[in-house]
Amino acid sequence: MKSETVMKGLDNKRYMRRKFVNGLTLSLSVGTVIFALTFLVWILWTLFSQGLSHLTLDVFTKMTPPPGSSGGLLNAIVGSLYMVFFATVIGTPVGILAGTYLSEYGKSGWLAPTTRFINDILLSAPSIVIGLFVYEVAVHSVNHFSGWAGSFALSLLVIPVVVRTTENMMSLVPSTLREAAAALGAPYWKVIVNVVYKSARTGILTGLLLAVARISGETAPLLFTALNNQFWSTDMNQPISSLAVVIFQFAMSPYEDWQHLAWAGALLITLFVLGLNILARTVFRQNQSHS
Amino acid sequence: MSTQTLQAKISAKNMNFYYGKFHALKDINIDIPASQVTAFIGPSGCGKSTLLRTFNRMYQLYPKQRVEGKILLDGKDIHSAEQDLNLLRAKVGMVFQKPTPFPMSIYDNVAFGVKLYENLSKSEMNDRVEWALQKAAIWNEVKDKLHQSGSGLSGGQQQRLCIARGVAVKPNVLLLDEPCSALDPISTARIEDLIHELKKEYTIVIVTHNMQQAARVSDYTAYMYLGELMEFDQTNTIFTRPSRKETEDYITGKFG
Repeated sequence: MKSETVMKGLDNKRYMRRKFVNGLTLSLSVGTVIFALTFLVWILWTLFSQGLSHLTLDVFTKMTPPPGSSGGLLNAIVGSLYMVFFATVIGTPVGILAGTYLSEYGKSGWLAPTTRFINDILLSAPSIVIGLFVYEVAVHSVNHFSGWAGSFALSLLVIPVVVRTTENMMSLVPSTLREAAAALGAPYWKVIVNVVYKSARTGILTGLLLAVARISGETAPLLFTALNNQFWSTDMNQPISSLAVVIFQFAMSPYEDWQHLAWAGALLITLFVLGLNILARTVFRQNQSHS
Repeated sequence: MSTQTLQAKISAKNMNFYYGKFHALKDINIDIPASQVTAFIGPSGCGKSTLLRTFNRMYQLYPKQRVEGKILLDGKDIHSAEQDLNLLRAKVGMVFQKPTPFPMSIYDNVAFGVKLYENLSKSEMNDRVEWALQKAAIWNEVKDKLHQSGSGLSGGQQQRLCIARGVAVKPNVLLLDEPCSALDPISTARIEDLIHELKKEYTIVIVTHNMQQAARVSDYTAYMYLGELMEFDQTNTIFTRPSRKETEDYITGKFG
């Protein structure tokens, strides 16, 4: 073989082809980002332009009105907060404990892979299916709609998200850290509580916030479970109002007042979810710089 | 292959180890002498760390790993039903290849293990933490930031923190699994000094890739190859007139 130097100028064909492919994929990905962002900005713009002017103090102080009169969304806001709160309270421990099992104890046997598989199905299950299920179990059987049924349906949406993030975040904790704690004579539950949870804490918290963000806009599971309530009610045994369902009902109505309130409600939910996301991200970022 | 003159702290008798179907340690018989430093040397994958990890049953965190044969600590079978796993590990401390500070303050890193088995008052705990950090020769560097996170320290400091954490629970045995492999020469020298210091009170077993280190710090050396214990003798003997050709080849760098 002769030892000539390979031409490494701009006429090197392999290099030029690579450069071309690089440019092509880069412009394609930039294009798709712009495409996605366009719609996001469009949605936000529409929400703000339609909703902002109707987001008055009345929205937070008055009840949902009958058609033709003025009112607010207070009962819907409170109903949503109640149901989201209880759904989180029910879903969080179940999700974290199940995720812990999958990450720490599910190395062998059939239970963990099966649970993981079912959890993945649950994670992608349409929320209307969850709503119908809870209708059958907790509404039809007792013959009335209730806030609890709504919370239960929402908690079924929280659990798979929390299970998944908990397992993922705990699996990220290096096994050497577990070994180091075990090597000091710590029983395994202490290893989990004092070392693994501590390391994975912000990740798990982020997952939880995202789960809350997800359920705060869910409509389908509430339609058949909590139904709606035009009046002030904090009785979880009775039908209870929620922002999502009120938006659904008001936006589809022919009354202009209701439509305005629907826009205001939609903006409110969006701001809430946006806030949660920002919170989750800042918490996560703090963790990264910390470690 | 035994050291008849000295009392054995840990003994392995006809011990075999398996990673699933892989036979990683073959018929190991060794007596680790008490209050001495014993080094395990050998090429990568020869089973040095695996052997070390059987002494505190660390392998039992992983379901597919298992031991056959006997391992004795002070003459008692560590696999017997009476031997509680966590108590065993509290007696046989371990420091790992990479520093593993817990996600908590320097103080809490050291106090963590102590709290598991002892109910100390605040001032007793303060004393214990200082004592352990002194032992690990890191006290002067951290005494003003005990309540800062342990992960903010340098690699060498973190490793000494981990040693302090291991020493704080007052074990009988310290297992060091390549404790210096991730460290710079200065930190390594400090940890070697520390090993000299600690051997007065503890039985130390160290796995190392670095033969000079084995020669510097250990009293006894075991040469392992492909899961077998090839030779075990006083470090001096191993490094000057090994009885086996394989050992000599490895030590002189002809092989490995």
